[in-house]
Amino acid sequence: MTIYQEIKKSLLVSLWFMFLTFPIMVIKVNTIEQTIDWHWWRLAGVGVGVFFLSFLWRYAIARKEAGKKKAEISGEEKVALIPRLMGNPRFYIPGLIAALILVVAFPFVFSMYQTNILITALIYVVVGLGLNIVVGLAGLLDLGYVAFYAVGAYSYALLNYHFGVTFWMALPIGALLAFIFGIILGFPVLRLRGDYLAIVTLGFGEIIRLVLENWNEFSFGPSGIANIPKPSLFGLQLSLQQSSIFIYFLMIGLALMTIFVVRRLQDSRIGRAWIALREDEVACQAMGIDKTRTKLSAFALGATWAGMGGVVFAAKTTFINPTSFTIWESIIILCVVVLGGMGSILGVIVGALILILLPEYLRAFSEYRMLVFGVILVLMMVFRPGGIISGVRRIYKFEGQNTIAENNNA
Amino acid sequence: MDYFLELFLGGLTRGSIYALIALGYTMVYGIIELINFAHGEIYMIGAFTGLIVISVLTMLGWNSIAIIILAALIAMLYSAAYGFTIEKIAYKPLRGSQRLSALISAIGMSLFLQNYVLLAQTSNFLPYPNLIPTWDFLKPVGHIVRSTEIVIYIAAALVMVALTYLIKFTRMGKAMRAVAQDRDMSMLVGVDVNRVISFTFIIGSSIAALGGVLVASHIGQVNFYVGFIAGIKAFVAAVLGGIGSMPGAVLGSLVLGWTESFFTGYISSDYEDVFAFVFLVLILIFRPAGILGRSDTDKV
Amino acid sequence: MKPVLDVNQLTMDFGGLRALDHIDLQVKPGEIVALIGPNGAGKTTFFNCITGIYSPTKGDMLLTRPEGDSSRLNGLKPNRVTERGMARTFQNIRLFQNMTVLENVMIGRHCRLRSGIPGAILRPPANRREEKQVVDDSYRMLEKIGLARYVNEFAKNLPYGAQRRLEIARALATEPFLLLLDEPAAGMNAQETKELDDLIIRLRAEMGVSILLIEHDMKLVMSLSDRIYVVDYGKKIAEGNPEEIKSNPAVIKAYLGEDIDA
Ligand SMILES: Nc1ncnc2c1ncn2[C@@H]1O[C@H](COP(=O)(O)OP(=O)(O)O)[C@@H](O)[C@H]1O
Ligand SMILES: [Mg+2]
Repeated sequence: MTIYQEIKKSLLVSLWFMFLTFPIMVIKVNTIEQTIDWHWWRLAGVGVGVFFLSFLWRYAIARKEAGKKKAEISGEEKVALIPRLMGNPRFYIPGLIAALILVVAFPFVFSMYQTNILITALIYVVVGLGLNIVVGLAGLLDLGYVAFYAVGAYSYALLNYHFGVTFWMALPIGALLAFIFGIILGFPVLRLRGDYLAIVTLGFGEIIRLVLENWNEFSFGPSGIANIPKPSLFGLQLSLQQSSIFIYFLMIGLALMTIFVVRRLQDSRIGRAWIALREDEVACQAMGIDKTRTKLSAFALGATWAGMGGVVFAAKTTFINPTSFTIWESIIILCVVVLGGMGSILGVIVGALILILLPEYLRAFSEYRMLVFGVILVLMMVFRPGGIISGVRRIYKFEGQNTIAENNNA
Repeated sequence: MDYFLELFLGGLTRGSIYALIALGYTMVYGIIELINFAHGEIYMIGAFTGLIVISVLTMLGWNSIAIIILAALIAMLYSAAYGFTIEKIAYKPLRGSQRLSALISAIGMSLFLQNYVLLAQTSNFLPYPNLIPTWDFLKPVGHIVRSTEIVIYIAAALVMVALTYLIKFTRMGKAMRAVAQDRDMSMLVGVDVNRVISFTFIIGSSIAALGGVLVASHIGQVNFYVGFIAGIKAFVAAVLGGIGSMPGAVLGSLVLGWTESFFTGYISSDYEDVFAFVFLVLILIFRPAGILGRSDTDKV
Repeated sequence: MKPVLDVNQLTMDFGGLRALDHIDLQVKPGEIVALIGPNGAGKTTFFNCITGIYSPTKGDMLLTRPEGDSSRLNGLKPNRVTERGMARTFQNIRLFQNMTVLENVMIGRHCRLRSGIPGAILRPPANRREEKQVVDDSYRMLEKIGLARYVNEFAKNLPYGAQRRLEIARALATEPFLLLLDEPAAGMNAQETKELDDLIIRLRAEMGVSILLIEHDMKLVMSLSDRIYVVDYGKKIAEGNPEEIKSNPAVIKAYLGEDIDA
């Protein structure tokens, strides 16, 4: 009986989607050559696919509802497996050692091509962790994050072009400029409500990109800047391969530094204020926290990491132009944070590795990449807003006057 | 003077286009306080569906007036269906959770729909046939205003009138206003909130589709990305007028249309899109409630 | 002695609605004062105005430390008001739901701490000391309010009564000399209300805070308050000690039209 009803429901949903997708999926028009192709098989695909997916969807929604009710009754939340393992030294110390060996050996074992892909992923780890401060901790949806990435990349490219500034000088300068930009842009907009903030930051991101595209005298317009030098190592002449390996370790270093800093920030007076701000702005202010300053600090710090990421990006690709800094780049970084787990460091790392590495190795499906990113954003929000690895609460212990603060944060 | 008139009418065209999209934004925002990022994609899907209908019927040799009317109607039907479905999938399960979540979900939906059309159809710009004939009486002023533009003005005006009637005088309109005021309260007094929300998406989406077909005919081309920029600008217009307010959306659209038109006409066309964004940033910073919006104090 | 809180002619309009109409109110050092009135009378709005969450249409608000220095509250942001020594709770509980109980109280300590971003990253000894101090202080505050056993729970998982008490603990952590409580007993059972009564008395005795509270539970109000203000439709209709208020005809009239729990 119920099975019959379920099947009927799925059948109806499937019919609905066949109707819905009929024109766009089936009738492929080409008004340049005045041709029309009919792809009937796609309709069958949609029908069958949706029929099965709709079972899955209803099952997942029902489980989510049940989970919510259960949590309300028992008042407990389960700690996910991975953070629990992370909290246990018996597991995480060997794990850490294994990871270390893998990380060090990687560029020598695998090809330069693989190393370069991993470098890209590491750049996303760094900027993802930066955006995580803004979105994950402080709860500010910044859709113009890539603007700061552009600031970093262009500061290295332009300073090098005009004044021969080296990578090592440009790294702090790019970070600083991004920080300053973060303050300048953040100051007027951070008063706005959450969703307005998203749109305004999106606007700012596009303004910066359009300016880079149109202001030829300054940024060389759409043709961009080429021949940006790769980072040097004490003036040594590095081969292409050596240089990749060097950038790889540089990125590992930068990622470790970022993790170190973000962990400490998260676990400090400022970090707590960010999280409180995300939870309830009004209560936060009423508890004596300066809303504007706290938001600004999150915004500008996030920008700083984007700036650093941008400098490395320019150095790695040796060529930049405005097309690398579209709104979609911001959204990919957002996707990294959302998939991994807003507010969780380990989550962001895992998110970056999954989202950047998988499409590289599944080249055949690369055109579906952005489509899948869209699906990920929706599904994660609907079913797992905390991400794959959600942040774990910090446990403080009290033994008389002895306070041992144990940090369990992933 | 001719040039001024041309810019003026060009601005009016832009404004009417923005209005057709902005109305949907403002209606949805008024009801569920969500920036429906995917609204621009609904508009784009409307334009595409229209193009598909036009292509098929042209091949069958129909008369062009019949084609354009049918294309607009089918596009509206489909966009409404998309709007309805999107709400059920991406927004309804998130009611009651944080606003940030719904917003991210909306962005995901927008990304998905763009790439769905890109993959199913093409990434190229497709020429869009203009089936609205050039009327004889417009011939003398043909260099200033085209018949498509006249149709756009009329469509925008009719939609505005119809919507005002719907909101002010029908049962559904009353329910919509109630839900916009206080959702929980209206639920208590027996308003079917789910239905109201679905209805809002359906109406907003079909208006956007009408805009999509007309604009694509006017501009003469379409691709999967046209919804995004148009959507953002319409959103700017909605905010400018005061989000949640329908007359505000129209007023904001006209103001944005004219300022853009005069700015690009007299000053510089390189920075056309920058201009809209700068405009947006300035309004949100200095008058976030918009022209017609009330600057409410959030209830604590 | 000067009153710790001195409000004159406070008026607040929302569009056409006058939610507060020329209200005068004083709280003297060490006093427990109640603000009562039917639902929608404007009591919460009064709190929102004096704590800087709303900006009032008209009126003067003066906050004076027991030691003597005064500051005008007009135009101050909420966090500045809290820094100056007046803290509040919310009628519709506004805890940081996804933070632990201890962290909620630690947020209250925020404005009394100094360490900034460099300190957070480099963690010099001074910073470590401060962090340890804040954990200890916050824990002690929880012990005092009787929430120590929940210390590492998420705020959202606490029973209702405990959430209300956590709001008080969080406000007290900011070191106020004047505490504003907005319906602290709402939703509590008789036992919990009794404990709340004791707690408030104890807070005044031990910490020397003055208290201004909004409350519908008349038994609690009458037993706690030194003085009572009654508002209706934004206007002050009576003021006096519990005995005077009980027998005031205007008050009885305002309440007769209301439900018992109003
Ligand atoms: N931000 C606001 N915007 C509009 N009206 C408000 C706002 N805050 C409160 N009000 C109105 O002011 C009046 C007083 O409300 P309130 O102070 O909450 O009453 P109470 O005495 O029950 O706490 C009510 O009519 C309420 O609707
Ligand atoms: Mg109240």
